[in-house]
Formats: sequence, structure tokens, C-alpha cells
Amino acid sequence: MSIQLIDVTKTYRIGTIEVAALRGVSLEIAAGELVAIMGPSGSGKSTLMNILGCLDVPTSGSYRLDGEEVARLKDDQLAKVRSRKIGFVFQQFNLLARTPAVEQVELPMLYAGARDRRARALAALEAVGLSDRARHKPTELSGGQQQRVAIARALVNEPSIILADEPTGALDTRTSAEIMAIFQRLNRERGLTVIFVTHEPDIAFHTRRIIHLRDGVITSDEAVAESEWRRADDPAVTAAVLA
Amino acid sequence: MSSSIRVALRALGANKLRTTLTMLGIIIGVSAVIALMSIGRGAQAQVTAQIQSLGTNLLFIRPGAVRDQGGVRSTATQAPTLTLEDSDAVAALPNVAASAPELDTGAQLLANGLNWNTRVIGVTPEYGTVRNTPVATGDWISRAELDGRSSVVVLGDTVAQQLFPDGDPIGQTVRMSVGGRTGNNFRVIGVAQAKGASGLGNTDDTVYVPITTVMARLFAQRTARGAPNVSTINVQVTSESVMDDTVSQIGDLLRTRHKVAQDDFTIQSQQDFLNTFNQIAGTFTLLLGAIAGISLVVGGIGIMNIMLVSVTERTREIGIRKAVGARRRDILTQFLVEAIVVSVLGGAIGIAIGAGFAAAISQIQVPGNGGGSPSNLQTQVGLDSVALAFFVSAAVGLFFGIYPATRASRLNPIEALRYE
Repeated sequence: MSIQLIDVTKTYRIGTIEVAALRGVSLEIAAGELVAIMGPSGSGKSTLMNILGCLDVPTSGSYRLDGEEVARLKDDQLAKVRSRKIGFVFQQFNLLARTPAVEQVELPMLYAGARDRRARALAALEAVGLSDRARHKPTELSGGQQQRVAIARALVNEPSIILADEPTGALDTRTSAEIMAIFQRLNRERGLTVIFVTHEPDIAFHTRRIIHLRDGVITSDEAVAESEWRRADDPAVTAAVLA
Repeated sequence: MSSSIRVALRALGANKLRTTLTMLGIIIGVSAVIALMSIGRGAQAQVTAQIQSLGTNLLFIRPGAVRDQGGVRSTATQAPTLTLEDSDAVAALPNVAASAPELDTGAQLLANGLNWNTRVIGVTPEYGTVRNTPVATGDWISRAELDGRSSVVVLGDTVAQQLFPDGDPIGQTVRMSVGGRTGNNFRVIGVAQAKGASGLGNTDDTVYVPITTVMARLFAQRTARGAPNVSTINVQVTSESVMDDTVSQIGDLLRTRHKVAQDDFTIQSQQDFLNTFNQIAGTFTLLLGAIAGISLVVGGIGIMNIMLVSVTERTREIGIRKAVGARRRDILTQFLVEAIVVSVLGGAIGIAIGAGFAAAISQIQVPGNGGGSPSNLQTQVGLDSVALAFFVSAAVGLFFGIYPATRASRLNPIEALRYE
């Protein structure tokens, strides 16, 4: 079991008012799953993503990541977990300015103290089909290419999970399909666990399982029916999009 | 480490104007330290060389003693107490290589229809070697001339130039008068080698006459006991190691000879002069350095200011780095390296500019005092001041970088990622 949340709550204190963002979330996600977490704004899905990504810790409850309890870790311990086990892909790409693609991808390895950084970074860029753009800086890349650099950065440390927060939110339809195709392929070929946080049903139907969140609790958790499931690099879909 | 320096250089290169302005504070500070300290060092080196040019292992005995009365230190009246016989007795001491008494007074010299006011030093033949005053042309004063109270004179370089601007003074006659009296004719037998002027006064602006002649014809003072007086006894000691012993031996000898319990003379060594001067020059150099150091601190505050702005501006970058696994220490190091790179780069440029200033300053001509030939102001850029400036600028970067870097490292990754 890759991820195991047991009765996780998160309460924020804004002045004297306490706001419960998560009110008892229990959840299991196995290695190799492709999952979408959906919900309207204010549903607590960003909070859940922050906790799943070890950017934040729950107020109460347990979070086991690869069997290791991470709910009570301190800042630097969380950083270490992020560096080894988690890859992020953001809506706004979040690449470093003025930095060549290959160095963006080397960054997580730098903080993890990994060896052969250059070779592994180039291999990761190859996996997202960007080996010919390794020396390009973000301003010299299209949105889709930037997001592919971000994906390469997320997977280069071979994390247990990749968290994708609205990864196609800033992209056009066609580029979105390209990005989703990459995620699906990486999931299929490498068994990568990917969790999407999105409010677009279209993206969610590219995954195998959709978890709905509302007011800090899970309202539904269902597998995607085979009839609804979409394959991003389906030639028929691609043709439809192009037409 | 090399990658963090590269990251720092990239971040700094992203805003070149701002980086340059940030560095400017350090550049000005360091170049001021380097240039000002080079002046202090140069003056020190120059005067040290001059004190050493007086001769080696010298002691100077002068009449009068430093008295300490109720904490008030003063030189007692310089009543004439030293005599030629004292000098001879000192010369007979075992550690004394030579003893050269002198008696000086101001005098008006006339020759060629030109006149010149200068200092007349009555000397013995030993003076030439003890005080390291060789002649450039002609001869130094001889034993026979001393014994015969001859009216002969060795001119200092400046005097020779003033009185004989376009001719060989050897064999010429100069008229010398002291205190407005008629004066006597002296035959020029030599011209002393020029030593250069500055710091301790112009030793080239003097003339040398046998001390017996001064006593007999120009200027006579007598001690309380009626013996002819000398103004200073220059003593050359055989080696530096016996300096202190010799000082006390001379003290004993003179107290016995003068039949006094308390010193009526003062013994100073060349080293005393050097020490005193080095102390003054050291304080002076330190003062200049400290004034310049203030601008280094100001420069450091400039670095801190810009780093704080930079941390705010790059909040999102910090968030990204933290999201991909950077620990506090990684972020701290990154910003510290950046601050140090700015300050060290500024320091290096400052050292270069400061050295340039020092070179420019050394081209400035200062007029020689007392009519001596003009000389250049000396500057010396010491390796120590370069090293000091370098490390101080690195330390300034480190010190003023710590606060902004700590702030950066403590940023919450979620908020940092959300920052616009």
C-alpha cells in the first residue's frame, strides 16, 4: 500500500476562528494507481494535496507513506520525504527562471544528494520527449514543453507518488491531451502512481478512480467505468481533437 | 559547492544593475581601506628607511633628563652638561664601536653672492661613519683638521645646490656667521651624499665643520664646570644584542663623571625612535583603516537590504525548491553563498581599484622641505591589507547575509508556492 490515510483532519486557525478544512478523511491508494481527487473550491482538496505531498501535516490522524508514518514529522524531515518519495506537477509549471531544462530536472537530485545527475536528468527529459530541449530555458519553451520539463523533474527521483495539481489548467485542449498521454504512458509503462487534483471531469476520466471531496469529507470514491475511461493518445480522440 | 556558486551567479546576473549597485558599497569600502592603508604603510616604510639611514645600532646621548614630578613628565632644562671628554670616555667603553659628539647651531652662509640659512653641525671624523654620512665629492673632516681647528666645511647636498648652483664648490670659500656676527671664511673640502628629505627633517640642509672650530669660532657654550659643551653624543654600539647593557653602562659612567645621583642626560636609541614612530604610524594606519571600514559596514547593510528584497521577490522560487526537497539548510546556504559571492566579488574589484588609487597617489609630488628636491608620496599595498580586505568583505557578506537567508529558509513552502 503506497498511501494510507486514517481519519485525517486539518484545522486552520484564522484569528480566533477555527476552520476545519478536512474533517476525518480515510483513504488508501495502492502503488501504480492513477487517481483523481475532485471537488469544488473550498472542499479541502488543496489541503488534502498538501498533506499527501508532505508540504503540510494533519492536525490529527495518521498518514502512512510506504508504511512510514509521516503525520508528525518536522519541516526538514518532511523535506527529506518530499525529496525521496514525492514529485509535484503544478498548474503554473513552477519552473525556475533562467534555468536550462536539464538543470531544472537535476534540482531534486541535488537536494537528495543523488549521483549521475546529468545523465539521469537527460534520461528523464527523454522519457517526456524533450531530449532536444535540454539546454532551453523556460522562456524558450511552450507551455506544454514547460509542463513536460516539470513532469521530468517530478519523476527523476523515482518517487512513490506524483501529485499533479491541475496539470492541464494552463494549457489548451490539444496540449492537455499530450500531457495526459504522458501521464498515462508513465503509469502504464513504469507503474508510476499519479494523483491528480482537479475540478475538470474531462481530466478525471483519464484516470482509473475518482475521489470526490466536499466540505472536508470524502463523498464518493469510485472506479471509472470502462465506458467512460479515456485514453489520451487514442488515435480516434486525437483525430477528434484535431478536427 | 560549485553548483551553488553557479546558481548564485545566475541569480546575480539576472539583475546586473542591482548587483553592481549592491557591490558598489563593498567596492568603495574595500578600495578606501586598501588606498588609505597603503598611504599609512608607505609613510611608515619611508620613515623607517630614513631612521635606518642614520646609521646602525645608534644611541643618542643628549643633555637634560626626563623628569617625572607628580605624574607630570617634562624634559628638564637643557642645561649644557655633556662634554668632549664625556664622549671620549664613552668611546672607551667595551661595547662601543665609536662615539661621535656634535654641537650644532644655526648659521648664515654666504658665497658667490648668494646666501643661505642652514644648520651647522660641529663634528669629529667619526661622525661620518657613525651617522652614515659619506661624502659624494671631496673629503670628510680629518683628524688633523679637527685638532687644528681648521676653517673647513663639508656642505650638505641642498646647501651645495643653493650656494653653488652651477659650479664645483670644492676649494671655494663660504662665509659663515652665527647670530648676526661678522663671520669667518671657511674652505669647502667636500659635499655630503644626498639622503633625501622628508619625515625627520632634511639632513641634506646642513653643513659640517670640525667641532673644535665651532667651539672656538662660531658658537661656544660651557657646562657648569666650565668645559666646552656638546649638544649630542652619537654612539655606535658594536651589536644590537648589547644595546641595553651599553645604555646602562653609559648611564653609570656619565653619572660618575658628572657626580650626580639623578641623570642630567638622556639616552635614546635608534630603536626608540623606530618604536615611537611605528606606534604613531600604526595608530594612524589603523585610524584610516577604521574610517574606511565604516563604509564597508554601510556596504554590508546595502547587501542585507538587497538580499531581503531578493528573498521576497523569489518567494515562489524558494517554494519550488522546498517542494522538490530542499531543506532549510539548502535554502540558507543558497542565499548565504549569494551574499558572499556579491561581497567577495565587490571585495576583489575594490582591491583592484584601491591598488590603482595607491599607484595614482604615489605619483603625487610633494615638495621637499627646506629646499630639498621634491619626492613622490610613497604608498605600499601590503599583502596583509589585501588579505584583510578580502576576508573582511567575505565576513561582511556572511554576517549581513545571515538574516535574509534565515528568513528565506523559514518560509512555509505552501505559502511560498502560492505567492504571486
